[in-house]
Amino acid sequence: MKYLAEYRDAGIARTLIARIRDSATRPWTLMEVCGGQTHTIVRQGLDELLEGAVEMIHGPGCPVCVTPLEQIDKALAIAARPGVIFTSFGDMLRVPGSACDLQQVRARGGDVKVVYSPLDALALAQKHPDREVVFFAVGFETTAPANAMAVFRARALGVKNFSVLVSHVTVPPAITAILEAPDNRVQGFLAAGHVCAVMGWEEYEPISARYKVPIIVTGFEPVDILEGIAMAVAQLEAGRHEVENQYVRSVRRQGTPPARALVEQVFELTNRQWRGIGEIPMSGLALRKEFAAYDAERRFGVEGLKVTEPAACRAGDVLTGRIKPPQCAAFGGACTPDRPLGAPMVSTEGACSAYYNLAKYRMADAGEGTS
Amino acid sequence: MSAVVNPAALQCPAPLDAGDRVQLGHGSGGRLSAQLVAQHFLPHFENPALAQLADASIVSVALGDVAISTDSFVVQPLEFPGGNIGSLAVHGTLNDVSMMGASPICLTAAFVLEEGLSLAVLDRVVAEMARASREAGVPIVAGDTKVVERGKADGMFITTTGLGVIDPNFCPGPTRALPGDAVLVSAPIARHGMAIMAAREGLSFESAITSDSACLIPLVNALRVRKVDVHVLRDPTRGGVASALNEIAAASGVGVEIIESALPVPADVRAACEMLGLDPLYVANEGVLVAFVPEAQAADALQALRSHPLGAEAVRIGTVVAAHPRLVALRTALGGTRVVDLLPGDQLPRIC
Repeated sequence: MKYLAEYRDAGIARTLIARIRDSATRPWTLMEVCGGQTHTIVRQGLDELLEGAVEMIHGPGCPVCVTPLEQIDKALAIAARPGVIFTSFGDMLRVPGSACDLQQVRARGGDVKVVYSPLDALALAQKHPDREVVFFAVGFETTAPANAMAVFRARALGVKNFSVLVSHVTVPPAITAILEAPDNRVQGFLAAGHVCAVMGWEEYEPISARYKVPIIVTGFEPVDILEGIAMAVAQLEAGRHEVENQYVRSVRRQGTPPARALVEQVFELTNRQWRGIGEIPMSGLALRKEFAAYDAERRFGVEGLKVTEPAACRAGDVLTGRIKPPQCAAFGGACTPDRPLGAPMVSTEGACSAYYNLAKYRMADAGEGTS
Repeated sequence: MSAVVNPAALQCPAPLDAGDRVQLGHGSGGRLSAQLVAQHFLPHFENPALAQLADASIVSVALGDVAISTDSFVVQPLEFPGGNIGSLAVHGTLNDVSMMGASPICLTAAFVLEEGLSLAVLDRVVAEMARASREAGVPIVAGDTKVVERGKADGMFITTTGLGVIDPNFCPGPTRALPGDAVLVSAPIARHGMAIMAAREGLSFESAITSDSACLIPLVNALRVRKVDVHVLRDPTRGGVASALNEIAAASGVGVEIIESALPVPADVRAACEMLGLDPLYVANEGVLVAFVPEAQAADALQALRSHPLGAEAVRIGTVVAAHPRLVALRTALGGTRVVDLLPGDQLPRIC
């Protein structure tokens, strides 16, 4: 496939790996922000290929991982109501809330549907005027324009039985929070290409300057990621720190102005809880007052729901790179992919689940798993 | 005043013509039931054993071991590019029996029909089922139909059971994989699951992805005739190739290493998987077999598979290893390694 095959080319990838290894005079610690990048790194075994030269910390950019328990519980409460069709992206269905997950709600009679776009959810609302259709609007700036569009169109079309449960988060405050932590180890970032395709990279320039870290806007294919890493290592080795764009085929400095304008029109910044990390000021998006009628929290009266996260889960420390998953006491015991305590154990590319599989493999390889 | 009523003379003009939909009466055991069987099943499935319409059919089996397998089919949509629930119900069970190295000799089929099902759909399903059974040379010798109220089933469910005779000289089994075995697949993977997914989601691509639903008996026979000492045979249906390999690795206590670049994934299937965020290794197949064969016979086995159109694109995808027992490892195109684990549940499309 054009624009894909060339970014998966094993020869180019190997050249980049050699270049990174040659140029790194010491091991560097980088963080890829986005879950999509983590997916590629884990699936291709890139971290193994760079071992000793670059350590990749899997960042908090997986929307499934950072959606707070509170929002999941609100989703579960709404989805269980009679007359509701609760729609969501697929991988939110397995994320554990306090008591269960959306799949279990469905098994108990809740009408939970996987959709690929919020506009499909809006279409469902038009098709079922007697039902309340709710869309779980999670994700970073990447999914925000489509979600904003769904709300915008619902208002324009006068669709009254549609609402959104918003749990949007934004990247720059998260990067700042990681850099502000006293025990931060991250020396450079791969910024999320698709987030920047919407937002551009102007907001990253002051962060890079203030904290003296390279930030590379990076794509999602193996060659993209390796090139992004090579650019970050080159900056670190030269003592430079600036924002550079690896993902030139998709991202411009100003992003996509019409998408930004739509997001701006429908959403406003708000304080937001991140699962395992806590509240980060002005790090989330909420519906503006003009669109409050489409806010599922208000419509179903779940605004007040407060939940405490399980103390045993150290997802926050993992997502900020303070500990590696095996250093968590619950890892592999109380918390496994079959019974996840926290979200990084849920999705196959979550940091904890990735480590869990790797550990199993290495143990078996060492002959410890043969009983 | 009162007229004498002869109850026997009372006639209600109840039409026996049931229209174009399945009704509850079709499951009553009365005349409508008989009509359903006579008009919609028997003409397709005609064979002497079934024609007796007795409580059970009698088939002759040579002395020795038999393999029995049963499977229920609930696929939605009932009709999809490349087949329908009827052909799938025949292929699925025949393939399960064949994977034990057995030669299937007969099938039974039980139908649960939902009130309101279009009889035209039923006819197409039954016709496809009969065609699949004829092509495989395995008759459907017994059957049953039940009708349930609207809303109690999803159009129709079919359960088929297959019986096959074991050849004592050809005994693949899930526990027989040995380090050094070559791991082969007979055809490009992930077509069935993606055909269903595309039909279900209303996704259209430049050309429709068709299901690979097919009877694997000819491929098994090709291996048998070539005298390949096949250690393991498996048709990687639900859970795809990844799950089948994991089950074999666990059952045989061996490790399996597969090479990503060797995996045959058709370009349209790959594109659909990319778009939906799915991994083709976990997507269902209905016309692919996985064979574990001794290294020395790998070339022979590939040649045997490729001698039949169904196996024309057969390839080797990996090797059984003594290292990492019970785990499947994938060597990525870039030389990295990742564990290919069983999924905890359904494969869920990813957000990002």
